[in-house]
Order: sequence, then structure tokens, then C-alpha cells
Amino acid sequence: MTATATRQLTYREAVREGIRDALQRDKRVFLMGEDVGRYGGCFAVSMGLLDEFGPERIRDTPLSESAFVGAGIGAAMRGMRPIVEIMTVNFSLLALDQIVNNAATILHMSGGQFNVPLVIRMSTGGGRQLAAQHSHSLEGWYGHIPGIKVVVPATFEDARGMLWTALEDPNPVLIFEPTVLYPVTGELDGNAGPVDIESARIRRSGADLSLITYGSSLAKTLEAADELADAGIDAEVIDLRSLRPLDDATVIESVARTHHAVIVDEGWRTGSISAEISARIMEQAFYELDAPVERVCSVEVPVPYPKHLEDAALPSVRKIVAASRKVLNVNG
Amino acid sequence: MTVSDTRSTSKTDRVELLRQMLRIRRFEEKCAELYSGSKIRGFLHLYIGEEAIAAGIMQHLSPVDAIVATYREHGHALARGIPMDRLMAEMYGKATGVSGGRGGSMHIFDADTNFYGGNAIVGGGLPLAVGIALADKLRGEPAVTACFFGEGAVAEGEFHESANLASLWKLPIVFFCENNLYAMGTALERSEAQTDLVTKARSYSIEAEAVDGMDVSAISGAAACAIEHARSGRGPYFLELQTYRFRAHSMYDPELYRDRREVEEWRSEHDPLDSLISTMRADDELSDDRLQQIEEQIAAEIDRAVQFAEESAWEPVETLERHVYAEGAAS
Amino acid sequence: MPSLGADMESGTLVEWLVQPGAQVNRGDLVAVVETQKGAIDVEIFESGTITEILVEEGEEVPVGTPLAIVNGAHTEVATPQVAAAEPAATPKAAPASSPHRRFGEQRLRISPAARRLALRENVNLRDIHGSGPDAAITLADVELAIKAIKAPVDQKRTDSSAAMSEAIAAAMARSKREIPHYYLGHEIDMNSVMTWLERENTSRSVADRLVYAALLLKAVALAVKQVPEMNGFWTGGNFQPSDNIHVGVAIALRGGGLVAPAIHDTDRSSVEGIMGSLRDLVGRARSGRLRSSEVSDATITVTNLGEQSIEQVFGVIYPPQVALVGFGALVDRPRVENGGIFVRPTVFASLSADHRASVGHRGAQFLAEIDRLLQEPEKL
Repeated sequence: MTATATRQLTYREAVREGIRDALQRDKRVFLMGEDVGRYGGCFAVSMGLLDEFGPERIRDTPLSESAFVGAGIGAAMRGMRPIVEIMTVNFSLLALDQIVNNAATILHMSGGQFNVPLVIRMSTGGGRQLAAQHSHSLEGWYGHIPGIKVVVPATFEDARGMLWTALEDPNPVLIFEPTVLYPVTGELDGNAGPVDIESARIRRSGADLSLITYGSSLAKTLEAADELADAGIDAEVIDLRSLRPLDDATVIESVARTHHAVIVDEGWRTGSISAEISARIMEQAFYELDAPVERVCSVEVPVPYPKHLEDAALPSVRKIVAASRKVLNVNG
Repeated sequence: MTVSDTRSTSKTDRVELLRQMLRIRRFEEKCAELYSGSKIRGFLHLYIGEEAIAAGIMQHLSPVDAIVATYREHGHALARGIPMDRLMAEMYGKATGVSGGRGGSMHIFDADTNFYGGNAIVGGGLPLAVGIALADKLRGEPAVTACFFGEGAVAEGEFHESANLASLWKLPIVFFCENNLYAMGTALERSEAQTDLVTKARSYSIEAEAVDGMDVSAISGAAACAIEHARSGRGPYFLELQTYRFRAHSMYDPELYRDRREVEEWRSEHDPLDSLISTMRADDELSDDRLQQIEEQIAAEIDRAVQFAEESAWEPVETLERHVYAEGAAS
Repeated sequence: MPSLGADMESGTLVEWLVQPGAQVNRGDLVAVVETQKGAIDVEIFESGTITEILVEEGEEVPVGTPLAIVNGAHTEVATPQVAAAEPAATPKAAPASSPHRRFGEQRLRISPAARRLALRENVNLRDIHGSGPDAAITLADVELAIKAIKAPVDQKRTDSSAAMSEAIAAAMARSKREIPHYYLGHEIDMNSVMTWLERENTSRSVADRLVYAALLLKAVALAVKQVPEMNGFWTGGNFQPSDNIHVGVAIALRGGGLVAPAIHDTDRSSVEGIMGSLRDLVGRARSGRLRSSEVSDATITVTNLGEQSIEQVFGVIYPPQVALVGFGALVDRPRVENGGIFVRPTVFASLSADHRASVGHRGAQFLAEIDRLLQEPEKL
């Protein structure tokens, strides 16, 4: 690596760099999933990797989510370091048995004898008019399951750097890549490399309220924070990065300073990760709260196809600003 | 469809097979007793009637080979060589159990013998077994994965996905389908349009045969062929073992779905132990004294196992949250 | 009664397959038990002779109950010991409704952080009006109250002045930002008041003499009864009239700063009582010994700039109150009465009111009512 000059690249290229890096670092690593090889990946993430690493390590699978996710688990238990790609989180439900009943439980059921060092990558979330079977944000569901780790890279640095750390982790790690981010262009440090996958990051410091979010909602939340700043409201923005484990310490420390919290989560409100975070704030920082916690979540409807309806269903800058004003009781 | 290639098994082999089958049966009978006495809890699925399968197959596997089993896996565990005392301690849920007491009857795991678990989701172990075989192939290991499942799993999508994947990638895996005719209480003909399981397997271009699962000699021969096929790099093999469970599906099962006379008929005419013993007696390979001696040895082993389980400590509650995430880095 | 499943708690013995005296061998079926899942055969794990049947056909017994005795020894058919780990007591039924969500009850809304601060600083929460969501008392409200109480006695005068200025600034800024003010003005003839006062004070010692300001306060308090929209708070998007009338009196402090402590139940106080309260409040406000309830209880505020010879004042409402009455200096003015011109003592009264809580018409009635009351000072 030379200097720390930054480079322009897309989110999907950042993910690809992470995969290439892992394949080069460890011969036990291989990528497996639907159309990851010849097609180049449903979202073109693995474009070109087949030529570079060959069909054994860039392994196309049939449309058999349960079998190839389960095969990833078995291969991981047997000494390999598979990266399994599932096209979207909705399709991962076809492999839910393998993820929840096997990947998450085998270490425990075996009394610590067999661990599952597997990485499963999948796209998540709406914003591209892909309608109700390709747009949902179910990562919060996975966050419910002990035995797996759930991370959501919202930045280029994380898109590039979370994978290797996840592969080195002895536990199954699910990486959720927001579909809406793949074509987005941004800057990455020339020296960008592995990053931790357990801590939250304060993406913007502020004193008046804590905006807690992750994934594709991060950009909206930062934009909302700018708008609030124009109105004299100083918002802090926390990127959770990991939904399991949840970095309580960063969230609680922030809320203890600002006394106000708004959680922005593209999942549906009911039974969501935002509900979990709200509960933890109540449990751990009740006496720091100066107003009830507010949440900005997706409207409880399957994500519709038309743009205006999809926009109305998902969290928006406007909703985040309104919720922030509400907790502070400041009219706009 | 049965395999005709029944290799002759030597006298010592047959005594050993008899001993193994008897161990399994007596162990299972003891488990039923201990369950009635509330020593063993949860669901308990007994292998009585199907002992010839585990005994006949395991002898052909090498230590590097991997086993993926179901929730009716005590027989496989014993035949694979998992010590009976640690197995019994697992039934009790004691810390000395083979899975540290965390799994219980349905989740026997043992890294020492490459025993990748009793899996209690019907069909759930098949993709796992495919992955183990894939890893062995990618690493150039000469190992075979023995994947056990019941005929009920054949109705699951995971069977079809796994069979296809194993065949597509020519993986070293043998699918041992223990067809005991009932998926819990649902008879095969009530759940499958095509009841010939071998035909199903062959539709995935997998070599497939069926064998009498009550005849340990036949099983032994067929299993040897199947395992050799997989080990030689010719891809997966599907072996159907036609068997019958003599006991209910689990302890709490009044068996409303099958006729008692049917069970009686299988018990009296197809008991794999009875037929092995009478064959051996007819061939003058087994005296009453020898049988008595074997029974006594097994009874003593079971007594020791129960005593070990009884005397073993529970895991302290303070360790409840262990083994959710791996302690230390991956190997 | 054998345990046949983790979810089996009892069973009914429906049939004995053996009778006393029968020889049984391990594995024999000896009875049929009806469970919630159906009839299940019971096998025996002992060999010997059945000597006694303990449970008759048709009886339902819990798991673990001996069914029969084998060989005279008290060896039951299937000897379960109920696992010690099972909970002994069934959990109590959950209450039908959650205790946390009671409606229709007047419960103070206060944020947890504000409550903690108030507790630590010994501030009476009942005396604070909330500015937060749903009119909850927030941290800022409590901080404001603390500053208002403490500022005058603070040894660091500059700091306390700064704090007070900050608090006043915040409240006033909020008032101007949020409250749509409207303003009315009205000149009141004070002749009756002054005449009555002169007569009244001749019989009083110097110390006990009344001043007209006390009558103004009393008139405001009584006028509020006729126009209750002036008395109360704007909270949570609604006007909440107050049952009590606590007129706040704006008092300028010597080091700069301002407080508006309340005269509790002004409407029910005599003019003498109001006089006493006024003296007391001014004295204590300037020495920094106000009670927190006085600082925050006011339901309407009166500001009187008469001492400065200022003729008119249009004040800023003190949130969350909805009205402020201003009185200018007492000045002699020519007034036309019955076709003639007379010089009269007058006071210019103004009303600053929250248009969300009242309309100008009612505001006018309110000022007129104050005027009317001041024409009959003996009734005050």
C-alpha cells in the first residue's frame, strides 16, 4: 500500500474488494451462491472474480437456498471458510431452517465442540422499487437469534472491511448489504482494511438528541441531522453497524448526554430492532431520558412497487426531522 | 430392489455385529426404563428394531469419515464408538455427557469420532452433510460423509436440494435412508406419490439401491459397496434400508396409526437380532454360554454407564450462557 | 404412573392386563393408561409376582403414583421420581391489566431525568409547568425553576445574574416564538380608587397603609372569574384553565433579573392580605428566599411599571401562562364626563393574551371587567 490517498468507488466495488482480499488471504475461503460466477452476481458484486479465482472458489449453486446455506455450514464445520451469498434477505427465508436451527445452535448443542465459522452475505431493504418480495428489511429478525452475529455495513469502509473480520470470527456472521447502496459512489481510504464488527460508531457528534440508526437509513439520518442543525438543533448520529451483538455502551453513553433519543430503522416497528434498542435505553438509561423515545420505522405494509408509495412506506428525512422535533418539543 | 452383493462376513465379524446390536438394544431398553422413571426427559426416540443398520454400516467407516445423524441416533453413536457412559450422561443432561449435557437424546455430537450430530429437524442434516463432503472434496481429503435420515425426510425440500447438489458436484457422500415406513404416524403411502425411494434418488443421477434393513449381513455388504463408491470419487450413493421400528415413535405415542398385529408380526418374524442369533446358531457360531456372556458384559457396561451418569455433576447454572459464541479464535 | 412424555402430568388407568398373583417379566405389558394423547401400554421393568394392585381401573393419578406392588416389595410399576428441577409452584396468574397504563387519572407528567434532578435539588414538581411533549416537565423546566429560586442568593452574583438572564431569555424567547400574542389597551379612571384609599388610609398607621397596586391585583383576580380563558396554561396543544387564581407579580431584582412570584389564591385574599403578601414577596425576592411554589405557581401575571412613570406597558406572556396584564403609572388626565372636562387620576391597563386560548373580544371584556371592579373599590 502506498499513501493514504482516497479512491472513488461504488459500494458494490468496495464489497468486491473485501471478497477478493479474503480469497487472496486464505485458501480456505470460497464464495458460493446463486449466479455468483458466470452471471457476475445478481447485483454484480462478484463480477470478474470467476476469471480470477476459478469455479471451485467462485461456486455457482442451483436455486437451493437451504442446501447451499446448509452446505456452507457443513463446510465451515469441516475446516473451510465459506462466504455464502443469498441474493436478498427475502430468499434467506428459504434457508431459515439452516441458519436458525443449525448455524446458530450447533456450537451450543455440541457442548462447544463444533463451531461454525461461516459468513452469509445478503442484500436487504427497499428503495429500488423491487416490490414486496425483494425489499424487506428482516435483519432485525436475525438479530433476535443468539448464536449468530448480524452486521450491516453502511459505509464504504465497512463494506470493504467487515468481511475479513467476519471470516476470522469463529461464529456464523450474517452481513446485510443495503440494496440501495450498491450503485452509490463514494470515497475509500487507500489503506482501507479490516474493521471491527461489534461496535457502534458516532458518525456525527451532537448535544441535543441521539439519532440511532444503521444501514441504508444512515444517509437519511445524517441528512436529517444537517437539516436540524439549520434550525439550531444539534443532533448526534450513531451508526449501530452490528445488530447482534448490540453496542449498548455507545448508545447509552450518548443518550445519557443528550437525554433524547430517536431510533431510525427500516424494519417494521412491531417487534423490531428499534423496539429492542428502545427497551434497552429504558432499562439502562431511564433516568437520563427527558422525553419518551421516538421511532421512525417503515409503515406496516408490504413494501409497495410505485415509487411514491414506497417512499411513503420507508423512513424519510422528513419523518426523522419531525420525530426529532417531537422529542424536543420544538415546532418546525 | 435389493443388493445381491452380500459379502461373506467372518465369524468374528458376526459376533462383533451381534454384540453391537445387542448393546444398542439393551441400551435403548434401559433408556425406556429411565425415561419412565423421569431420569431422561425431553423427547426420546428409540432405535429398537433398527439396530442392524447402524451396526452393519459403521464398521465400514474409517476414523476420518464424518457422520450426520438424526434424532434417533443412539444406535449410530454407540456403533461409531462413542463411549456408552458419556452417551448415557448426555441422556441425563449431565456435564460429563458427550455434548456436555446441552443437547440431550436428540443431539449427540462428538468431535473425536467426527460425529456431526443428531439433528432433530427432519431433513435438516442433509445440507450440512453435503457441506462436509464438499469441504473434504475441496481439501482433497479421502473422507466420506455418511448421512442418515428417515424416509420422512424424503418429502422435505432439503432432501431434493441436497441430493441434487451432491450429485451435481460429485461429492463423497452416502445417503443412508432408514425407511421404517412411518414418518411419526404417517405411512409412506400416505405421504408420497412415488413410494419407491430408490427411483427418487436415481432421478438425481445418484447411484441408488435398497437393502433389507433387518439383515445385518446384507446391510454390511451393501454399505461396503456404497461407501467404496463414494470414496473412489464416483459421487454420492443412496442406500435405502428397509426396516421397522418396534417401539412407538417416541415414548409418548399411543400408536394410533398402525395395527398392533403389524407390529407383532415384524417383532416375531423380522427381528434383526433374532434372525442373526438363529443364523449363527444354525452355523454353530454361537453357543448359549457365549450369548449369556455377551449379555452379561453388556449389562455390566450399561450398569457402569448408568452409575456414571447418576454420579456425574450437573453443569453449574453459572455456565448457562456458555457455548453460544465460540470462546477464542477459530481454528 | 409412568412418565411417558415431558408434557404428561397424570394418567387414567383404564385396564389392568395382569391380576394379583400374576407372574410378570421385565418388558411385559401390565396395564393400559389413558393419556391426553390416547391409550398407551405400560410395560414393567421388574420381574416377579404382582402382590397388590394400588390403583383401580378408572382412577386418574399423577405421574409418579405407585400402581401396583411386585413381590411384596414396594416396587411400583414404573418408578418415576418427579424431577426435582420441575418448578414446584405454578406461577401466579398474571394480572388482568397492566398496572402501568391507567387512564383518567391526574398523574404528573415529568421526564425521568427531570424527576431525578428535581429530587436532588429539592424542587417541588407540582410547582413546575411542563414545556415538553404532552406538557411533560423536562430537564430544562426544572433547571429553570432551580435558577429562579437560587439565583438571587447565589454568592457568585455575576454567575447567578447570568444564569437568571439566561433563564429569562429562554422563557421570553420561547414565549415570543410559540405564543401568538394579541394586545389590548384601556385607560381606567382611578378616581374612585384613590378617593376610597385616601379615606381608608386616614384610619391606618403608616405601616399599614394600603397602596392602589393591591387593588389592581385584586381586581385582576376577580375579573378572571368572569373571563376564565385568561387564567391557566397552554399545555400539550390545549388550554387548561386553572381552578385556582394565583396572580404573579413581576418584581425586578436589584442585580438585574426578574421574578414573578405568585400571590396564592389572590381572589380570596383581602386587600390587606394582598398588601402583606406583596411586601413579603418583594422583600424575599430581593433577598433570594422565594419558595419554589411561589416562583412557578402563577396562573396569570401582572406587571406594574408605575414606579418608573411609564405610562404604557405591553408585556411578554410568561409561558405556559396565557395572559399578562400591564399597568402604567398613575397620571392625571383630562376626561370627559357628562359633557364636562374633568382632571382624573388614571392608569393605562394593557392586556397581552395568547390568541390560542382566547379571542380579542373576550380580552376586551376582561379589561372592561377590571375597570368595572375598580369603580367599586369598597367591594374589592
